[in-house]
Amino acid sequence: MSLFRTELRRLSKRRFTRYMTLLGLLVLAAVVVGVFFTNQKIDAGQLARAERQADQQYQEQVRWSEQERVACEQAKTAGTATDGRYPDDCSVITPPPREEIKAEWFLPSTFDFKETFDETLIPFAAILALVGFVIGASFVGAEWSTGGMMNLLLWRPKRLTVLLTKLAALLTGILAVTLPAAVLWFAGFWAVANFRGSTEKMTSGVWQSFMLTGVRGVVLVLVLTTIGFALASLGRHTAMALGGVVAVMVVGQFGLGILLSMASVRFAEAWLLPTYALAWMTKTVTLQDWNSCNATYYGECKPATMDITWQQSSVLLSVGVVVILGAALWAMRRRDIS
Amino acid sequence: MPAVLEIEGLRKTYKSRRRGTRNALDGFDMRVDAGQVHGFLGPNGSGKTTTLRTLLGLIRPDGGRMALLGHEVPDALPTVAGQVGAIVESPQFFPHFTARDTLSLLAGAGEVPAVRVDEVLELVGLRDRSGERVKTYSLGMKQRLAVASALLKNPKLLILDEPANGLDPGGIREMRTLMRTLAESGMTVVLSSHILGEIQLICDSVTIISLGRRVAFGPVDEVLAQHSSGAVRIRLEAVSDLPVATEALTQAGIRVTGHPDHLMLAGVDKPASVTRLLAEKNLYVSELAPIAVDLESVFLELTATAPVPGQHRQVDESMKVGGTGQPGPAGGGWGA
Ligand SMILES: Nc1ncnc2c1ncn2[C@@H]1O[C@H](COP(=O)(O)OP(=O)(O)O)[C@@H](O)[C@H]1O
Ligand SMILES: [Mg+2]
Repeated sequence: MSLFRTELRRLSKRRFTRYMTLLGLLVLAAVVVGVFFTNQKIDAGQLARAERQADQQYQEQVRWSEQERVACEQAKTAGTATDGRYPDDCSVITPPPREEIKAEWFLPSTFDFKETFDETLIPFAAILALVGFVIGASFVGAEWSTGGMMNLLLWRPKRLTVLLTKLAALLTGILAVTLPAAVLWFAGFWAVANFRGSTEKMTSGVWQSFMLTGVRGVVLVLVLTTIGFALASLGRHTAMALGGVVAVMVVGQFGLGILLSMASVRFAEAWLLPTYALAWMTKTVTLQDWNSCNATYYGECKPATMDITWQQSSVLLSVGVVVILGAALWAMRRRDIS
Repeated sequence: MPAVLEIEGLRKTYKSRRRGTRNALDGFDMRVDAGQVHGFLGPNGSGKTTTLRTLLGLIRPDGGRMALLGHEVPDALPTVAGQVGAIVESPQFFPHFTARDTLSLLAGAGEVPAVRVDEVLELVGLRDRSGERVKTYSLGMKQRLAVASALLKNPKLLILDEPANGLDPGGIREMRTLMRTLAESGMTVVLSSHILGEIQLICDSVTIISLGRRVAFGPVDEVLAQHSSGAVRIRLEAVSDLPVATEALTQAGIRVTGHPDHLMLAGVDKPASVTRLLAEKNLYVSELAPIAVDLESVFLELTATAPVPGQHRQVDESMKVGGTGQPGPAGGGWGA
């Protein structure tokens, strides 16, 4: 217990921890403020005007497609060359259905809490996961590279206990930042919705779903923190963890992405890690294969799809944590410390 | 006296895919009795730090047994760690913390009362600088901080790896006094050092290591006596008799170096035989003085690391005991 408290104290004393946390929180605050100023409350007048504009647009489309169809039929009966300007069957030239033209298109953006709040949890989790990763990596990495770990082991020779206690202190610290930040995030966007949008139609089911997304976000933060910690401990240097991740992201992911798209592999995103992080947050990510797209005349396309679910992501995350943390613990037990 | 530290047949082999294996410790033995100040000497790369690291559980030995305060280590390390204070090699600390923070975090981890931090800061002379970041410290100040961290536990056994590194002359002297005081209060101190005059002044006993094996051990005066090279200085009543004496002694198989007013003899077993020899030639000795050896020359002789003019001695070119028993450079580098 004394070791746990000491490690928590060490974590909070570190300037890197403080600055990174502050930076992360400032970015989060900037997001809330940005959303606040780019959204507006919509009154009934604006809504009616938008509906009228959508109607007008629809009428235009109807007129235009009517003209085109007539022109097409005339060209057909006259037998003039059309250079593929018109389809073989002129009757496919129809206006889009009325509901395809939405009133929102003619409205300034507004923040509907029910519709958009869970999307905001994605950047929330992403930013804090990044912060957690670098803090975790630097917390143990700096200990290794400055000899602090060796000093500590002279006092506490049980190596696994030391490493796991450090991890527990780190996760506690990250949680102590993430949970209040999440509460403020909910409150902040509730306020944004209140002043710059609407908080209507919130049912307990919606709340529950938001809470669950929030919990998944917190789990993602903790998982990435653990991975950063384990990688830095494995490499015994902060730079190792950060370098490793940059290498994986840039070389691995971008390279892989380019390679897969060159080989025109179907659903190339299924091979990329961020897809799974996204699926973890949104429950499903639907990948689309645009090569198998059957376009309708006015550009609508129905591609083949593939779903990546949060269950698949959870398997990937657990395997990742178990393998990387396991390797770090094994190395801690076995390797000489000098 | 009970042994506070015991090592028998300790082995540590470093394997490198490119350069083969290296026996950093090759059946090393050591014993330190309670209440002593024990000097641990050896040339660079002879295995001192490796020994101390192994003892403290930082590296895994390939063979041999070790005990600290009567407990077998590394198994019993969790039990004894609280009673063994140590610094290993150059002191390293997280550079952005102050000395006080560094010590207070260690005290927290080791369940040592916080007041002890101020006591040790006072003891090593860092009281007034304890609020500054370790990054800004000089080497000697870091060394003092390292000693402070080792003393924090109020250990029964204090292990210091080259504590005099970077200390100023005053600091070395203070360290010497500190160690004597600690030993008098019942603490056992093991220190490795290169400053042999220092070791000779403060140590009760020594262990000398060369290429991973023990070449000499015991109380300082015994080691000195065993390895005094039999050097004797003689003066004769008449300086003009010196050449005759040189001839007579050389014939008797004694190595003689001439000086204007005296002769230096080497390899003399019994000084009395010299007097008898010279008396037989009617040469009368006015002074015969066995030359006291110091630890440094014994060290150089035992480890065969005395400098040879015109040669640049490489590390690892030192005495290897066991093998042929011949002094002189022996193989022990990468390879084997
Ligand atoms: N991690 C290591 N890998 C390979 N060789 C090592 C390692 N640590 C020490 N050695 C070798 O072991 C020998 C003993 O080193 P050390 O115990 O540090 O010597 P010293 O007596 O100067 O403290 C040296 O030859 C050194 O090169
Ligand atoms: Mg050393």
